[in-house]
Amino acid sequence: MANQETVKTVKMVNINIDGQDIQVEAGSTILQAAKKANIYIPTLCNHPDQKVKSNCRICLVEIEGQRLLQPACSFPVAEGMVIKTASPTARKVRHNILELILSHHPQDCLVCSRSGNCELQKVTQELHLTRSLRYDIRPREHGKDTSSPSIVRDSNKCILCGRCVYACNEIQTVGVLSKENRGFHTVVVPPYEKQLADSTCINCGQCVQACPVGALTIHDDTEKLFDAIRAGKKIVGQVAPAVRITLAEALGEKPGTISTGRMVTAMKKLGFDMVFDTNFSADLTIMEEGYELLDRIQNGGTLPMITSCSPGWVKFCETFFPKQIPHLSTCKSPQQMFGAVLKTYYAEKSGEDPANIFSVSIMPCTAKKYECKRPEMDSSGYQDVDIVLTVQELANLIKSAGISFADLPDTDFDLPFGLGSGAGEIFGVTGGVMEAALRTVYEVLTGKTLEKLEFHDVRGFEGIKEAMIDINGTAVKVAIVHGLGNARKIMNDVKAGTADYHFIEIMACPGGCIGGGGNPIKTWAKMAERYKAIYELDKDLPIRKSHENPAIKQIYEEFLGKPLGEKSHHLLHTHYVNRKDLLR
Amino acid sequence: MEEMRVLLRNVGHINPTSVKEYMAAGGYQALKKAIAMKPEEILAEVKAAGLRGRGGAGFPTALKWQFVLSEDAAEKYIVCNADEGEPGTNKDRILLSGDPHSIFEGMAIAGKAVGSNKGFIYLRAEYPYLFPILEEALAEARAAGCLGNSIMDTDFDFDIEIRSGAGAYVCGEETALLESIEGKRGEPRFRPPYPGVKGLFGKPTVINNVETFANVGVIMDKGAQWYRSIGTENSPGTKLFTLCGNVVNRGVYEFPMGVNLKDIIFDIGGGIPDGKNLLAVQTGGSSGAIINADQIDMPLDIDHVSASGGKLGCGTILVIDDTNCIVDIVKNNLSFFEHECCGQCTPCREGGTRLLELVQRFIDGTAKLSDFDTIMDLSETMSLASLCGLGQSTPTPVVTSINNFRDAYNKHLDGDYCPVCSKERGRD
Repeated sequence: MANQETVKTVKMVNINIDGQDIQVEAGSTILQAAKKANIYIPTLCNHPDQKVKSNCRICLVEIEGQRLLQPACSFPVAEGMVIKTASPTARKVRHNILELILSHHPQDCLVCSRSGNCELQKVTQELHLTRSLRYDIRPREHGKDTSSPSIVRDSNKCILCGRCVYACNEIQTVGVLSKENRGFHTVVVPPYEKQLADSTCINCGQCVQACPVGALTIHDDTEKLFDAIRAGKKIVGQVAPAVRITLAEALGEKPGTISTGRMVTAMKKLGFDMVFDTNFSADLTIMEEGYELLDRIQNGGTLPMITSCSPGWVKFCETFFPKQIPHLSTCKSPQQMFGAVLKTYYAEKSGEDPANIFSVSIMPCTAKKYECKRPEMDSSGYQDVDIVLTVQELANLIKSAGISFADLPDTDFDLPFGLGSGAGEIFGVTGGVMEAALRTVYEVLTGKTLEKLEFHDVRGFEGIKEAMIDINGTAVKVAIVHGLGNARKIMNDVKAGTADYHFIEIMACPGGCIGGGGNPIKTWAKMAERYKAIYELDKDLPIRKSHENPAIKQIYEEFLGKPLGEKSHHLLHTHYVNRKDLLR
Repeated sequence: MEEMRVLLRNVGHINPTSVKEYMAAGGYQALKKAIAMKPEEILAEVKAAGLRGRGGAGFPTALKWQFVLSEDAAEKYIVCNADEGEPGTNKDRILLSGDPHSIFEGMAIAGKAVGSNKGFIYLRAEYPYLFPILEEALAEARAAGCLGNSIMDTDFDFDIEIRSGAGAYVCGEETALLESIEGKRGEPRFRPPYPGVKGLFGKPTVINNVETFANVGVIMDKGAQWYRSIGTENSPGTKLFTLCGNVVNRGVYEFPMGVNLKDIIFDIGGGIPDGKNLLAVQTGGSSGAIINADQIDMPLDIDHVSASGGKLGCGTILVIDDTNCIVDIVKNNLSFFEHECCGQCTPCREGGTRLLELVQRFIDGTAKLSDFDTIMDLSETMSLASLCGLGQSTPTPVVTSINNFRDAYNKHLDGDYCPVCSKERGRD
């Protein structure tokens, strides 16, 4: 995760930076040294969580005795180095470089979806480039790629920083985005300039999270909500566990600010008739998935069983590991379970015509937009979930409706699906599904009450975690994986038959759903705050185990019968598709 | 004036692939000597000889090798840069096709000197016909025990593989070349770390030009003292020059460093054909300085040419007669760089195209006086800020030609008729 070469020694060197004598660790970059001296150097291609690229050349500084300006992001300090971070030459060169970028960029900032949180805009303001550009404005002339239900690619806005390429190839190992052509004509595209929808893109949106400008954005579905309101549909919302953690952040509050009650209030103001909690169907997933795991262990089913809540991960498996599909749990994701239940059980209970229900889910995830459109997701007889709006889209709706989010009172979720357990809540973070499953599986199998609910071995941001839990004398071995680069590693083990786990949780996005592509732009530093908040929520909830959620007990009594029963099989479980042809 | 054929000694005289003929001409003796020496001794000899890289930058070869020797690594590599892409340059091709064993020998000596037993020749994609020649020569060298395991029945192993890219000029830049061998898009790396510390596949790597390796055997064979007797104090040895353009006798020649440019053009080159006059000379390839006829009385060694604002580079001499227009020549240079820029860093990717646009304004007769300032300002930014040598030196022909041929630009500025550019300006 570190963006610098590992510092091998703790040797210190003396440098002078903008007149200040300071000591810094040998091997530090000038950028790190400047930070230590409280000197700010603007950057553009640099991303705190990625490897240094040093290609934008905005952070160039002057070093005494060197003919060339050197990039602060990559250039290491040395004993006695004298650095001027904002010399007249450095300043002029930065202006010139910025001018070159702006001359090859569309000039319609005001209507760009990244306006206001665009890093190019920010750097332009910081460097105070106000003179008129000396070159002809020549934006690229590629069409917008709106083929993907999740991500919109606008190459014309691309500044070729390479951050999405890194996210797609190095972090996620999906390999869709890379540079084509050379020089001025270089463009980041899927292979053979395919459309995203025809590529192996798994819709995770990590490229959107990495993009400093408006070249990669979320496919906006907000208009569809207004169309449905105008058509007089009953707007029924469900909100994923991570959303209440990141929505306030998207609206300018501190990362990790929990805003559950205000969020429900805002959604009501926007025209939602009912607002339910996806934590409820996360609990439902635990019931089904827990029993599925027990069934596989007891009856010689395919092991390890792997979670299927993360639609980006599911498509990754279908594309790159199609032979391992039998390892995937047949459970639908919480979103899709909820969708199926809303247009059947809820419709029946509330006397609403399912055709008139407009089912909207609010998600931290761009891949959910793809998932709800999968043709098999219609077990209610309708498309189970009509549209998915991401945290970013909900935040934009709130802003554009003139709602002062900070001042809103709290509102509770609507019943009957407004109750979720702490187990459901932690679905939003890597390790959460595993912990939730263990809380239930342990108690169901042993008949005993867990004394300590926290499974600390399965928590944390380590890429691949392992744990062993003794349940009734059986050692249950589990693994927790997040980020598809890590998933690829463990799947190679599964393929080779060397992964002797019973159960693996895999989340496509680094950090789990709180790091999903639909959230406000993240860094690991922000993620740490979101992480704390989600476990905080779990700790304070009255019910912390899925099987103790009264709404869960009720739906099994009134409607589903039992986990893995016939109705469950029809509404809550699914099948997968071999997509290896996409690799051609 | 006579050529001095040290590197070209075997070219045209022996069957290039035959290890027997190469050995009969004294080949692989230098390697034998080197294998018996300690790495430090080999380095001392190369250092004493004062050998400097022949690829363009003129970096002291022994120092480069020293970095790699000092690295503690299980694997190290020797890479031969045979991606001869500089327009008008053919000297490495002559060595590779005429005396390939001399290159292998130099690489093996380098391997012994730094503790590497694996070499790669990165061959220019446009030289595919050299593949079989090199492969055959490699096979002969292996069969004769001059390459492979236990070379000459010693415990020294060294072998060479040939690799090629897809024909990008930028892959001649050493770090882009390494990326290309690794199978990646040919984009230069930022430095530090230098290849000597973190090179091919992240391992310490010596990377030298074909001609540099050809010098190594000579130094080991004849000794540093003999070598130093040739050339100049700071640039000992001979240099291969490719003479091209509007000159009677075009070709690749070998002279001691410090030979006079004027003599090469008029004595060896036979002057300008068809009774035309010399207008300008560009040394060191497309990114070299463009100087005028009054400036050619100049000794050609690494430091002298640098001092004149250009570079000796790979030793290419482009002769331009007075039927050409300098602005047109510069435009051609810039079109080449615009096409060959990898697109990684902003100044080169965007600047190269803008520089071409600005020069095109002169050709079109639409330039303003302020365009001179923009060109100079942008040129400075590109040379100070670009990530690699390509972007840093793209402006050289523009800046030097504006300094040395300001009149030519001024004419275009005033809308005067230019006989060369006129077609493009649409004025018959």
